[in-house]
Amino acid sequence: MSTSTRESRGQEMALTAAVAVVIVLLSLLPMLRLIKEIVAPGGTLSTVAIKAGLASPATWIATWHTLVAGIGGTILAVLSGTLVAVLITLTDIRGHSALVLCYVMPLMIAPQVTALAWLQLSGPASPFLKLFGAAPPLGTKNPLYSTSGIILLLGVQYGPLVFLLVRAGLRKLPRELVEAARAAGAGWFTVLVTIVLPLMTPSIMAAAALAFVSCVGNFGIPAFLGIPANYLVLPTLIYQRLAGGGPAVLGETAFLSVLIGAIAMAGIFAQEVMSRRRDYRISSTSLPAEPYELGRWRPAVQAGMWLLIVLVLFLPLFGLVLTSLVPGYGIALNARTATLDNYRFVLFEHGAASRAFFNSFWLSIAAAFFAVLVAVPIGYLIAWGKQRWVRLLNLSVELPYALPGVVLAIASLLLFLRPIPLTGIQLYNTVWIILYAYLARFLVLALRPTISGYHQIDRALEEAAQVAGAGLFMRMRTIIFPLVAPAAIAGGLLIFMTALSELTVSALLWSSGSETIGVVMFSFEQGGDSNYAAAMSVITVAVTFVLMLVTNLLAPYLPIGVLPWRD
Amino acid sequence: MARLSLDHVTKSFANFDAVKDVSIDVADGEFLAVLGPSGCGKTTLLRLVAGFEKVTSGEIRIGGETVSGKGGSVAPEKRRVGIVFQNYALWPHMTVAENIGYSLKVARLDKAVARQKVADALALVNLQGLGDRRPANLSGGQRQRVALARCLVAAPSLVLFDEPLANLDVHLRASMEDEFAAFHKRTGTTIVYITHDQAEAMALADRIAVMDGGRLAQLATPRELYHEPANEMVASFISQGILLPADVLTAEEAGHCKVRVLGTELVVRCRPGERPRAGAKICCRSADLDVSPDGPGFDGLVKRVIYQGGAARIEFTPAAGPDLILHFEQPDPVRLESGAQARLRIKSGWLIPVAGAAS
Ligand SMILES: Nc1ncnc2c1ncn2[C@@H]1O[C@H](COP(=O)(O)OP(=O)(O)O)[C@@H](O)[C@H]1O
Ligand SMILES: [Mg+2]
Repeated sequence: MSTSTRESRGQEMALTAAVAVVIVLLSLLPMLRLIKEIVAPGGTLSTVAIKAGLASPATWIATWHTLVAGIGGTILAVLSGTLVAVLITLTDIRGHSALVLCYVMPLMIAPQVTALAWLQLSGPASPFLKLFGAAPPLGTKNPLYSTSGIILLLGVQYGPLVFLLVRAGLRKLPRELVEAARAAGAGWFTVLVTIVLPLMTPSIMAAAALAFVSCVGNFGIPAFLGIPANYLVLPTLIYQRLAGGGPAVLGETAFLSVLIGAIAMAGIFAQEVMSRRRDYRISSTSLPAEPYELGRWRPAVQAGMWLLIVLVLFLPLFGLVLTSLVPGYGIALNARTATLDNYRFVLFEHGAASRAFFNSFWLSIAAAFFAVLVAVPIGYLIAWGKQRWVRLLNLSVELPYALPGVVLAIASLLLFLRPIPLTGIQLYNTVWIILYAYLARFLVLALRPTISGYHQIDRALEEAAQVAGAGLFMRMRTIIFPLVAPAAIAGGLLIFMTALSELTVSALLWSSGSETIGVVMFSFEQGGDSNYAAAMSVITVAVTFVLMLVTNLLAPYLPIGVLPWRD
Repeated sequence: MARLSLDHVTKSFANFDAVKDVSIDVADGEFLAVLGPSGCGKTTLLRLVAGFEKVTSGEIRIGGETVSGKGGSVAPEKRRVGIVFQNYALWPHMTVAENIGYSLKVARLDKAVARQKVADALALVNLQGLGDRRPANLSGGQRQRVALARCLVAAPSLVLFDEPLANLDVHLRASMEDEFAAFHKRTGTTIVYITHDQAEAMALADRIAVMDGGRLAQLATPRELYHEPANEMVASFISQGILLPADVLTAEEAGHCKVRVLGTELVVRCRPGERPRAGAKICCRSADLDVSPDGPGFDGLVKRVIYQGGAARIEFTPAAGPDLILHFEQPDPVRLESGAQARLRIKSGWLIPVAGAAS
């Protein structure tokens, strides 16, 4: 008895220790290294790095741009996401699951792909506009190369994020709160304005904070739309500095990345303050309210909704596909010019591009695989563990994802610029540093579904195995893993989709030979080869879409909300 | 104040009838309780009246105006009904005063007038001075009073209560019950009050509608419900009535007839026009049973004796009906013990009318 107790205690300790090591390596270490660079560059406490950063006018301009684009994008995302959530959740509009799937889709598409797609839709070379002969003359500036272009696309990209959170909140709204207001004589619109939206304040604020963090950390959209217009935000400024100065400017970029982190944190903090100002806690649970009957307005609302989806999803993707079929810049698409050469070129002929497909695929698979393996024990400790420090555990896994990707990229650079002590292993300038950053950044995407998977499982199942004499590792393998596997694997697939066309992190960490799809796509676009970039984008979007369909097969075994696109 | 009538109202969810062919007339100023076990369709009935659900068939009229029926449905906000929910449904983002004044604000009442009305409503439910509190900082009883005040302030013609006391502790229930009764007396509003607690229904209501599986089982005064249940469900649901198989031996005469129950003959109350028939049921209450060691009656076995302080509840199985369990109370000194043989006598009872017979 006592030996087996000791054995199980020992296994629990081993598990905890392993988890602690992973967390320290992936989450605490890079953050600490970054902070050290700011407060103590070169090993001694000093404010030199901070002073130098603050003195540069470029810092201030980029900060201002970041705030403008971030706040503008957030406002647009909150307005559109909330409106769509209200219409889909509270009215009797038809075809919910198709609408949700299509509206959430842009979230699954990498920002730079979104940017590219919209650029292909609107510029003077746009094959789409050329179809109608509506393209402006060559040489005209694409209207999207502007602040408002960036804001528009950030809003399109992150509107679905707001939608998902607000919709989740609306679904929990007890119907009595709405009905009491209607019985008091309030019409539907009054109820919406005086009851529903105020009660949704916490959801809307949380969504706004998330959208803000995503907007200020976004690299793909300001890189594609802002750099040509010389409109730099902090992530693109960092990119340009590093591309021009190499490791020598690492200290300066470290300051800039901490600045982004601070702006993001300020957004989260502001949300906390706003949500605390009043009591929004809904104490009762009940069925959701009956959907509002749109009556004769329904066809119009329905049509408006699909029009929105055509505008934000189908048209840009259509433009992307058209561009990928055109042989060169500015050539109109017709039966004679249409070609698959671009696809052949990026897949088989261009060295870096084909390497990038290979790299991105295995990086994504490795990151997903690792995350699934690690998420199960970490989730176990967080969901079922009794220790109080598990909250910190959760927080420290969330952090690398919550903070903009540039922050983690710079931290990884600092950490691995020199060979790892004692071993002499050099990660810098290899593909491994990208893998490290992916592991750190995306782990939480597998952890969240796994935790909700744990919450759905009756713990008695594990306890029964325990009573039957199974030790912790045995239980993990035979009971726990099979039970949470669908959720963890769905998380892994989300990671794969996200990492496949990821750009923010790899743009700063890539080196010759370790290009990723995002990086090559970006360099094609910068070199004016939009057709190749479009072909690569279409391939990744197609892969993502197929994976979404495959992941849907897991849906019956998953907790609600794991697959964002499923209603 | 308004008359409420439901006319053959049916409500189906998919294939399931939550309310089946219910017809009720509630007089102006009447206090009607709707009583029934959980899941029998009470809440659905109330939501139909309020207009949150559409009737599948039938008609609902409030104050003579058809609000639900074939011609469509009047929106809830146009019905002038007040509702008090079981879970209070106070808006957490508003103060108590804002909650109460909501309907006045919606009606764009003059601010000063509205403030006065809110103050009056607060005084009416004994919550003076709590106007600035948040609902979260109130006790359950206080929250329910706020909900009541919120519904009264608009002076609705009809007030609907959905199990308003179910979330309160026993102690508070009694005092809230008094408050509801006082409120009804003062305002004379028509009230439909839903509950699964028969003591509450009996104490408050002019008439009680008993529901069973979506149907109206009986609509009657509390007294009639107790003494003259219309069917077996009502008989057993109200005050744990005991149902016994009986054969009717004589036709009704002056409200009574002779029946044979468990091999003994006795006279029970019945509806006019009852004729001799077999396979009938009588309902009796524990108070109608008596131990009669030597007199007429039927023999059986004492199954269980549960002492309840001052009296014991005796469960008894008659020899002539081994599947039946009769229960009654015996005051101290309790002489029966479980396993003992005893002889019981039925002092009186009520003959359950034939199903479907008009009341
Ligand atoms: N919106 C609904 N959809 C489907 N079934 C419902 C709905 N509302 C109520 N029901 C069903 O109708 C029956 C009656 O419910 P309800 O009126 O709430 O009962 P009560 O209030 O008497 O407990 C229940 O079986 C319930 O499951
Ligand atoms: Mg109910």
